Amino acid sequence: MTIILKTSHLNKVYKLGGFFNRIKINALDDVNLTVESDEPVIISVVGESGSGKTTLAKVILRLVEPTSGSAHVYDRLVAGKGDKPSNREFLNSVQPIFQNPFEAFSSHRTVDTYLSDTAVRVTKLSKTEAVDAMTEALHLVGLDYRDVRGKYSNQFSGGELQRVSIARALIPHPEIIVADEPVSMIDASLRMNIINLFLSLKEEYERSFLYITHDLATAYYISDYIAVMYRGSIVEFGDAKAILADPQHPYTQLLLDSIPEIGKKWQRKRIALADIEAKEFQFTGCRYCNRCPIAEDKCVTERPPAVKKVDGRDVYCHFA
Amino acid sequence: MIRLNNIVATYTTTRGEVSAVDGVNLEIPTGKIIGIAGESGCGKSTLLKVIYGDLIYPLALKTGSVQYGFDSFGQEVTTSDIKEYWFKRISYIPQSSMSSLNPVIRINKQFTDHLDPSTDKAKVLEDVRAYVQKLDLPPEAIDAYPHQLSGGMRQRIMVAMGTFFNPDIILADEPTTALDVVVQKGILLLLMGLQEETKSTIFFVSHDMGVHYQITHKMLIMYAAKVVEFGDSDIIFTEPLHPYTRMLIESLPTIGDDHLRTGVSGRPPSLWEDLTGCRFAPRCPLATELCQTTEPEFKEYRRGHFAACHYAENTYQSSEIAILYDHHPQNQSPE
Repeated sequence: MTIILKTSHLNKVYKLGGFFNRIKINALDDVNLTVESDEPVIISVVGESGSGKTTLAKVILRLVEPTSGSAHVYDRLVAGKGDKPSNREFLNSVQPIFQNPFEAFSSHRTVDTYLSDTAVRVTKLSKTEAVDAMTEALHLVGLDYRDVRGKYSNQFSGGELQRVSIARALIPHPEIIVADEPVSMIDASLRMNIINLFLSLKEEYERSFLYITHDLATAYYISDYIAVMYRGSIVEFGDAKAILADPQHPYTQLLLDSIPEIGKKWQRKRIALADIEAKEFQFTGCRYCNRCPIAEDKCVTERPPAVKKVDGRDVYCHFA
Repeated sequence: MIRLNNIVATYTTTRGEVSAVDGVNLEIPTGKIIGIAGESGCGKSTLLKVIYGDLIYPLALKTGSVQYGFDSFGQEVTTSDIKEYWFKRISYIPQSSMSSLNPVIRINKQFTDHLDPSTDKAKVLEDVRAYVQKLDLPPEAIDAYPHQLSGGMRQRIMVAMGTFFNPDIILADEPTTALDVVVQKGILLLLMGLQEETKSTIFFVSHDMGVHYQITHKMLIMYAAKVVEFGDSDIIFTEPLHPYTRMLIESLPTIGDDHLRTGVSGRPPSLWEDLTGCRFAPRCPLATELCQTTEPEFKEYRRGHFAACHYAENTYQSSEIAILYDHHPQNQSPE
């Protein structure tokens, strides 16, 4: 089987503050994920702001160097110590899609120049081959090259422009596309069109996706695997449908419980709003211990290990 | 009752005037949470600005007025003099707390700077300190500068500012959109609790139908500068009259439901064009020739339930709509 994504003991430490009151933030804290499969898969990483999900995406995209540990994508080492592929080789197998398409494309350049640059520089196509590659990629996302050519980013709607950035990512025929919050800037009514596009690209075009999001409902809809993160650590990782149908870590349960869902009214119970985020990164025990309803002394002092469950998921909780 | 009388609000641009809210005529009961939903650019924030009376260039109220249902010296307050009641009887909670709070002034000063110089500010601040504890904030939080607080705390400060003077009307423009779900739930529960205590009227703008389902009593759905449906939330979420409302509700996935979901394809019409007929017709799976040519009237179909659709009385099941929708020429997925 192919290793689609594997991170082992991945750490990233950011240092904040001045010389005397310096604090360390472990944006990634011993992240171990393994996904092996022969089929293309969609892996979701979900969490709130400050959970480290974007840092994880950046490490896999080689935009951030990890402090220690390593990451493999499709049997190739992409981060950490060792023999890594060249940048061009890497970009031919891993491609990004970013959150805000209006920031991803400069307003002073026509958007098709981004597509042709990718085709010419990354894939080393000639000018005429590049046009064919662009036409094909745009067709896959439901756009026509003639409608895109010569246009600036402000001539598109957010949904269309996000399709253009997906088309750009498809040009080098990457094995996996890393999408960091690709639909959060898009209107709720148009969001599903993009999400369905990911699904059909996976099924018909055999591309894998790493989908970074805070939206559990869309993650449930498209993913095969899901990793839930909290303050830099994984709290639960495994089969997406199984985890979201029956969450076992108290934090996953809280997240699921907080989704405003149609057809299921919230219980009118006040929830504690703790606001000591920076402190939570310093905890030696479980990062979630001061908000957890079932925490005991052990949780404050000891980091919970990964507990393997019968359905194959990892739960990082002493009481799992 | 709050009355919106034939409101037409326009923005002046270099290309000319464009109507962002085009003829809204409604009577809204007080003491309720009223949700306003719709896509970006449908006019929901503009309607909120009109109700707030924040009419500064390039926004202008072309025709119509708002009657707020309370009076001063026997005269009913309307759009022209609502500004005098800002923060006293009507308040506004914006989306982005970071760009709404002044970063170089302590929060306690920003709480009181609209008060008359004759008011005892120390006494007011004393009350504010007690009040913010209801929102799970430490009393010292109001002595901080905005950047010292987290996003969730700042947004709770905004909620405190909007509700402290116990206004009759609170306008909230996507107050929790930028927050995490757990914090969002906490703040919305607090807001619901406050509303039940004070019986104020809250206009709540959001594009998240799930949030609307959780907190609103009434829903107002807007599409391309028009109101297309208005009624009790319970009914709107179970038996909507307008196909657009149904598509908004059903477009997002829910956990545990493996149905294939389709978004609303296409995009709203440009308000610059000459719009005839129903504005939703080009994207509507039920549209007929009548819809292309004649604009549907916004009228009461059931008690207190208004809609603007020629076929509002035909009860389609959602599955039928889904089938029609799949066969709609616009939605044939490219192969």
